[in-house]
Amino acid sequence: MAEGRSPVYLARASYRRRRLIDAQRLLPFLLLGLWLLPLLWGGEGTGQPLGAGSRSFVHVFVVWALGILAAGWLAFLLAHGAARTEELLTSQSRSEGASGDVTPPEDRR
Amino acid sequence: MFHFNILVLACLSYATFLFVVAFWAEKRAEAGRLGWLRSPWIYTLSLSIYCTAWTFYGAVGYAARSGLEYLTIYLGPSLVMIGWWWILRKLVRIGRTQRITSVADLISSRYGKSTTLGVLVTLLAVIGTTPYIALQLQSVALSFAVFGLNDPSGMVVPDLDKTALWVAAGLALFTILFGTRNLDANERHHGVVTAIALEAVVKFVALVGVGSFVVWGLSDGMNDLMARIDASPVAQHSIHGTRWITLTLLSGAALITLPRMFQVIVVENVDENHLFTAGWAFPLYLFGMSLFVIPIAVVGLDVLPKGSNPDMFVLTLPLHYDQRVLATLSFLGGFSSATSMVIVASIALSTMVSNHIVMPIWLSSRTGGATMSGDVRSVVLSARRLSIFGVLALGYLYFHFSGGSEALASIGMISFSGVAQVLPALLGGIFWRGATRVGAIAGVVLGFCVWAYSMFLPSFGAAAGYTQAFLDNGPFGIALLRPQALFGVEGVDPVVHAVVWSIALNTLVFVLGSLMSFPRPVERLQGAQFVSVFEHTGSTRGWSHGFAEAEDLLVMAQRILGPTDAQNLFQVEAEAQGKQGYLPDTTSEFIERLERELAGSVGAATAHAMLGQIAGGVLVSVEDLMAVADETAQMLEYSTQLEHKSEELARTARQLREANGKLTALSIQKDAFLSQISHELRTPMTSIRAFSEILREAGQTGEMDGESLARFSGIIHDEAQRLTRLLDDLLDLSVLENGSVTLNWTRTNLHDVIERAVQATSGGAAGAITIRRHALSEHIAIETDPDRLAQVFINLITNASKYCDAAAPELKIYTRRIGEDAIQIDFIDNGSGIAKDKQAVIFEKFSRLTDHAKAGGAGLGLAICREIMVNLGGTISYLPGQGGAAFRLDLARVRSRSA
Repeated sequence: MAEGRSPVYLARASYRRRRLIDAQRLLPFLLLGLWLLPLLWGGEGTGQPLGAGSRSFVHVFVVWALGILAAGWLAFLLAHGAARTEELLTSQSRSEGASGDVTPPEDRR
Repeated sequence: MFHFNILVLACLSYATFLFVVAFWAEKRAEAGRLGWLRSPWIYTLSLSIYCTAWTFYGAVGYAARSGLEYLTIYLGPSLVMIGWWWILRKLVRIGRTQRITSVADLISSRYGKSTTLGVLVTLLAVIGTTPYIALQLQSVALSFAVFGLNDPSGMVVPDLDKTALWVAAGLALFTILFGTRNLDANERHHGVVTAIALEAVVKFVALVGVGSFVVWGLSDGMNDLMARIDASPVAQHSIHGTRWITLTLLSGAALITLPRMFQVIVVENVDENHLFTAGWAFPLYLFGMSLFVIPIAVVGLDVLPKGSNPDMFVLTLPLHYDQRVLATLSFLGGFSSATSMVIVASIALSTMVSNHIVMPIWLSSRTGGATMSGDVRSVVLSARRLSIFGVLALGYLYFHFSGGSEALASIGMISFSGVAQVLPALLGGIFWRGATRVGAIAGVVLGFCVWAYSMFLPSFGAAAGYTQAFLDNGPFGIALLRPQALFGVEGVDPVVHAVVWSIALNTLVFVLGSLMSFPRPVERLQGAQFVSVFEHTGSTRGWSHGFAEAEDLLVMAQRILGPTDAQNLFQVEAEAQGKQGYLPDTTSEFIERLERELAGSVGAATAHAMLGQIAGGVLVSVEDLMAVADETAQMLEYSTQLEHKSEELARTARQLREANGKLTALSIQKDAFLSQISHELRTPMTSIRAFSEILREAGQTGEMDGESLARFSGIIHDEAQRLTRLLDDLLDLSVLENGSVTLNWTRTNLHDVIERAVQATSGGAAGAITIRRHALSEHIAIETDPDRLAQVFINLITNASKYCDAAAPELKIYTRRIGEDAIQIDFIDNGSGIAKDKQAVIFEKFSRLTDHAKAGGAGLGLAICREIMVNLGGTISYLPGQGGAAFRLDLARVRSRSA
């Protein structure tokens, strides 16, 4: 492996990490939007109360569950990525110039 | 039927179990073996005090009354935890670096350690939380009553009021025992956290258990349940759009601003990374807690008799089907939810009350402030205990006098909105450096007033003066100020109305106040530290409790006081304590004394900060540093002033010395001149007299030849001429000095003037010197008095020829034109020059460097030259370092008209 490839991985890893954080910050907006959906169901002209019935109940909880899954996945990636990044940094400084190939690319999993 | 006494027994054993668990965790923490007690799961579970009895019992009632809306209370926190825990992360980091103990502490610290803000937020928290505590007492009392009603044979006749009192007393005991065990700097309570984590598990299992029983025991699986939901009145409530959004956001805000949530999220946090796990695990907990609420409400409304309190369905459903174990579990779940909330809330509130209200009052009531650290410690502990007692007493009194409200939800909502008034100041404080104390105070006060006016006081109804007429017409008939239709906003839901108005006005005033006011220095420092906390702290620091090591103190004291004094001080102290050697025990008296000693050397603030670092393990606060900086600045300024003064003195002394030297030299010169001039005048006079006597005698005798006659009269003539010249010079000088000389300004060529001077000196003794010139550069048109200028040149050439002591005397004349209007002429000979000590006086009158008669003049030549040059608008100066005597003439090319 050519030397000097790990900095590329590093930049890539921190780039991924920042995008993951972005995703995490934006996720609540998506969830809030989805939770507002039942407000569009029923209401005037349909003879149904706004957002009533078991459909809304199921909808809210499904969105919730998916949101938790997504958050858990993102948290896993972030926590894992943090360890990876640190590991990458320390191993690189330890074997300075000995080998550039330290860890597989960040986003291959 | 279920025996009430068994329930009481179960309840008591459960409480005992909690005590044991808390005690055990506390012991492990003391031994430093926290192990899995530090895990993110315990942290996540401790967050579940968000789910109080309001959730456990109230959610079902809420769902039964208004359908899906109850979910907003859990959706908001889920949103915050899922995606916006970086706000919480920042709070946690700030909390750890700034040693924040409560939400009031955070806000007060952020805005320059403002006591006003601390008190305001504390009051707000107490007012906002008291009804909530009352609510928990009420729910426990109600659940006892439910059992009691089912079992009339019970030993204790369930009296709501009495039960609530007992519960409050028990909780006060538990909280005081485990909440104020120690006053560690980090304010963490491992026993309490472990106990509430356990309670979190119990309430979760209980609610899920009841839910499972309803779904799989009372319904025929999911399909049947869905059909029942659709058929139930629960599903017929339409979602109220504005309420849906407002309540979601409000409960999200409450997750951060509720004192008890702040306590578990920020203060009790042991590791920032726990937020990673809590980010999804806490929403999952909330998900589980709210999943079965709708089924329980649907089935409860379906099977239980009309008029049953839906707030108690979680209990009454299992009881209805005689599921004793499940009912007991459910009861313990409700008990857990209520007690964990009350415990944490009273710890959080007591911290605020003792730190921001009791302690300031106590400190200011004592003259001289806190002088002994141990003293303060016990006072803080008693203040905490009293505050816990006070908070619970307030909660009980609220419950007692409000008589218990049937609808739990409304009280919770009021509480949420009340504490949410802190949100603008809180978020503004950690994300906006421009937020100021004035803005924060104005925002919190206005938000609080609007909330109290439009939401809190109306909940008391007519007792607080909120009659229907008042609500309809507003105060004094001002329709714009109607409590539930402020500024004419009508037809809105009262909760949405109050929340939107209070938060909007709060934020507006906060922003405007911040923009228009100017922060104090401490405020700006704190603001910078809070907003950019991640840049200032590399890794979070542990709160090791520092020990004052006598040796460390001695090392430091030696550095400041000097070894002998420091050792003496320590030895005397050790002797006073009855110890040998140099190391006394570090009692607070000794540290105080040492501080005073050190303060004498380095200033009080510095001494305090230094000792604080070693003795207290305390981080130096910004105020300490500023005091240090202030003292240092004062000392620095003082010493600068001193330095300045001494410099000035030295300068003056130097000037005086110079002036004195010059005066002395002048005086010597003058004496020398007087003797010289008398000599000069007398010598020609003597010879004139002598020769004239000879001539007179020869005239009488007639025996003198013509040759001698001619010679003697020649001598007399010469001497007379010399006298005349001397007198001419003196006269000339005096005229020049008075400025009354008439100059004959004409335009001429500089070359001609120099040529004339050289010609005039070429005869006689002066002819011995070789003059080197550069004729071409001399052709400069100049406006001057050629005669006077020539006089200067002649003088300089004569001087050179007279004094130049080289074997082959040589004089160089350089002429330069500088710029358009200035001319520089240098006369440089190759002699030995003029000694440095003489350079200063050569232009003075009567100055003669040598005594030898060759000089011939009276030492007036250069003085005259200087005066001529001044009159011609130029200068003459001695140019040192040219290898011989060198004089430089600076001349203006054109006559200066102003002169």
